[in-house]
Amino acid sequence: MKFDLNTVWFILVGVLFTGYAMLDGFDLGIGALHLFTKKDEERRVMINAIGPVWDGNEVWLVTGGGALFAAFPNVYATVFSGFYLAFILLLFALIFRAVAIEFRSKQPMYWWRQMWDIGFAVGSILSALLIGVAMGNIAYGIPIDSNGEFAGTFLGLLTPYPLLLGITTVALFMMHGAIYGLMKTEGELHDKLRRWAMNCIIFFVICAACTTMVTLLYVPHMAERVKDHPRLFSIALANMLAIANIPREFYHGRDWRAFLSSCATMLTLMALFGINQYPYMVFSQPNPENSLDIYNAASSQQTMRIMLVIACIGVPVVLTYTTCIYWIFRGKVKMDRMSY
Amino acid sequence: MDVLTLSRIQFGLTIGFHYLYPPLSIGLGVMLVIMEAAWLKTHKAVYHQMAKFWTHVFALTFALGVATGIVMEFEFGTNWATYSRFVGDVFGSALAAEGIFAFFLESGFLAVLLFGWDKVSRKVHFFSTCMVCLGAHFSAVWIVVANSWMQTPAGYHMVQHNGVWRAEVTDFWQVVFNPSMVDRLFHTLCGAWQAGAFLVVSVSAYYLLKKIHVDFARRSLRIGLTVGLVASLLQGFSGHLSGQEVAKYQPAKLAAFEGLYVTQSNAPLTMIGYVDERNQKVIGLQAPYLLSFLAHNDFHATVTGLDAIPPEDRPPVEASFLFFHGMVGIGCLLILIAAVGTWFSWRKVLYQKRWMLWILVFSVLGPEIANQLGWFAAEVGRQPWIVWHEMRTPEGLSKILQANAVISSLILFTLIYFMLFALFIYQLNHKIQHGPHDDDLIPSGKMALPEPLSHDHNKHTS
Repeated sequence: MKFDLNTVWFILVGVLFTGYAMLDGFDLGIGALHLFTKKDEERRVMINAIGPVWDGNEVWLVTGGGALFAAFPNVYATVFSGFYLAFILLLFALIFRAVAIEFRSKQPMYWWRQMWDIGFAVGSILSALLIGVAMGNIAYGIPIDSNGEFAGTFLGLLTPYPLLLGITTVALFMMHGAIYGLMKTEGELHDKLRRWAMNCIIFFVICAACTTMVTLLYVPHMAERVKDHPRLFSIALANMLAIANIPREFYHGRDWRAFLSSCATMLTLMALFGINQYPYMVFSQPNPENSLDIYNAASSQQTMRIMLVIACIGVPVVLTYTTCIYWIFRGKVKMDRMSY
Repeated sequence: MDVLTLSRIQFGLTIGFHYLYPPLSIGLGVMLVIMEAAWLKTHKAVYHQMAKFWTHVFALTFALGVATGIVMEFEFGTNWATYSRFVGDVFGSALAAEGIFAFFLESGFLAVLLFGWDKVSRKVHFFSTCMVCLGAHFSAVWIVVANSWMQTPAGYHMVQHNGVWRAEVTDFWQVVFNPSMVDRLFHTLCGAWQAGAFLVVSVSAYYLLKKIHVDFARRSLRIGLTVGLVASLLQGFSGHLSGQEVAKYQPAKLAAFEGLYVTQSNAPLTMIGYVDERNQKVIGLQAPYLLSFLAHNDFHATVTGLDAIPPEDRPPVEASFLFFHGMVGIGCLLILIAAVGTWFSWRKVLYQKRWMLWILVFSVLGPEIANQLGWFAAEVGRQPWIVWHEMRTPEGLSKILQANAVISSLILFTLIYFMLFALFIYQLNHKIQHGPHDDDLIPSGKMALPEPLSHDHNKHTS
């Protein structure tokens, strides 16, 4: 592994998408759990738990996409045109989710709120599922021709392994969202969320175990590097410990630490994904020689240098004020007239 | 229809619909900063009420802007993959910079602007409002950088990468400050300020006609008219600058805007009219010498006509002409409306002139339509190029795209966007009918302390 600009950008794009998973992950999770409560007041609390921050969280996806476009334009072009229908569906899911949050509580009619609640929940679940399916396809490998263009079909993307990863992602985000919800709620809703969080943790652990086994058995290239470099096994170990720590903290009622463990789970999962993927961005199956890697898919060194300067200026500033804003909105949800 | 036509329709639809909202966010952002500054300075509670009311409207336009904006970023990859490979080096950087410098700023501080009224002090809240406004302006900067580079590319060279030609950056600052960028940014921002100002003007005039929320409406109207007049006058000036820039760098586009088939000196400007494409002439009312002045600051200068452009490089003349003249016409009308409105307001007769208030109510449509037409003109006038003199639009299309996939996405976008538009109007109307809230006359939470219920002039600790 050479620590060059291409590698730096491989890591930075990974960091942006990890940031997206850790932050918008709980927004999508809250959305996925939304319909479990029937009470209007509780649904409002759920939405307002993510109200001030969901928008900024989604920017991580936008910026990640922009960084991918700038640093690896060929990956951006191949994946986005290749996954056309899947990404259009993802867009509709994200649109519905966004406007559902905005419109839901603006009218008192039952049908109106019910309609947006369903839009919010379906949009959230579908977004999480599609993101997972896309990741699954990237991990498993997709057919790419010698011009670097996607050579498969939409239905060809919906094979068992990507679908399994999709469901695992939904489970992960639901767990993440439920734990986040614990920190933001109190009273009856808090107790409900506690039950759902328990179920979500169980759901996720089962999914994670299945995914790990299936990956080891059927997608061996996604475990190769960790096998070859025993030191990297520490990350896999850290991942297992992070997952195991979630029910432990949860049991002791330390919601904040459970949330951190959930974040650590995502971080280590993405790290494992990146380590085994490196230096490939999109693995070509069945013709590995057509794979897009961090060199043949990259933009010029000059652009990567410029972008690195932009990132070095921008990211610390973004992290600083994002932290401040989360600090301002810490604590339990209090409804007022500005609330959704 | 083929994939190319469908993709172009889809891009036009999605960008046109998206562009209804960002100008409103940018313009309302400026209005919010002014209103909150007025509140901080005068301590008059009506400004607090004003800022809070317009924040609600801002939130609505912002939400729709975000929801429809993410589509744009995806579409370069989904429908225009070959273009993305070609320009990723240049264009992608601008988009990424937009994310880091603009979107995070905007959406992060929006949280405080919307939900922080009771949680932070006045000064922190005002700072957040300024940051949201700044973020909105930054997003305009970066997207205009990207778009202007497609119009007047600079700071790059052509390189073969894995056997495919593409544009690579040589000088980042030349990319950013490409020849048309400053003029077009100025023009875009003026349009956005007009959009925000005239929305405020329109709603305030409506309240005055209905004789409700009178104090609120009068003050809002005054701020709106002032900003509207300044922005409209600046817009006229910036239009002149843009005209010169287009004449210099994109003569084919200017010729199409004016339907100028023959290269000529002392070229006239068509005030109103249409293009007879078959006979290659413009029929209508023309002002002599004015086009030469607009393009070159000289009443006798020679203006390039379409005869100097190879037929395969000419933009569609009729459409460019219509969009351009529609925009200019509305622009002039807005200057007139803002000037007359301000004059009446200054003479203190505005509130009695109901006909003028009605005009002001409908004036909000002006900037919205002109902004749309302006972008149509800019982008249709760029044809047949996707990147001026480097790549033609059909060459930018994704190679593997199937027509039926684009048909299904296009139908879905059309349906969903119509629904969103209806909801937006419904919700906007709901907010306007509901009006400013009387509770907002009394700032609460941290903002009210340590001077609850009083608008004290001697001390204001935050």
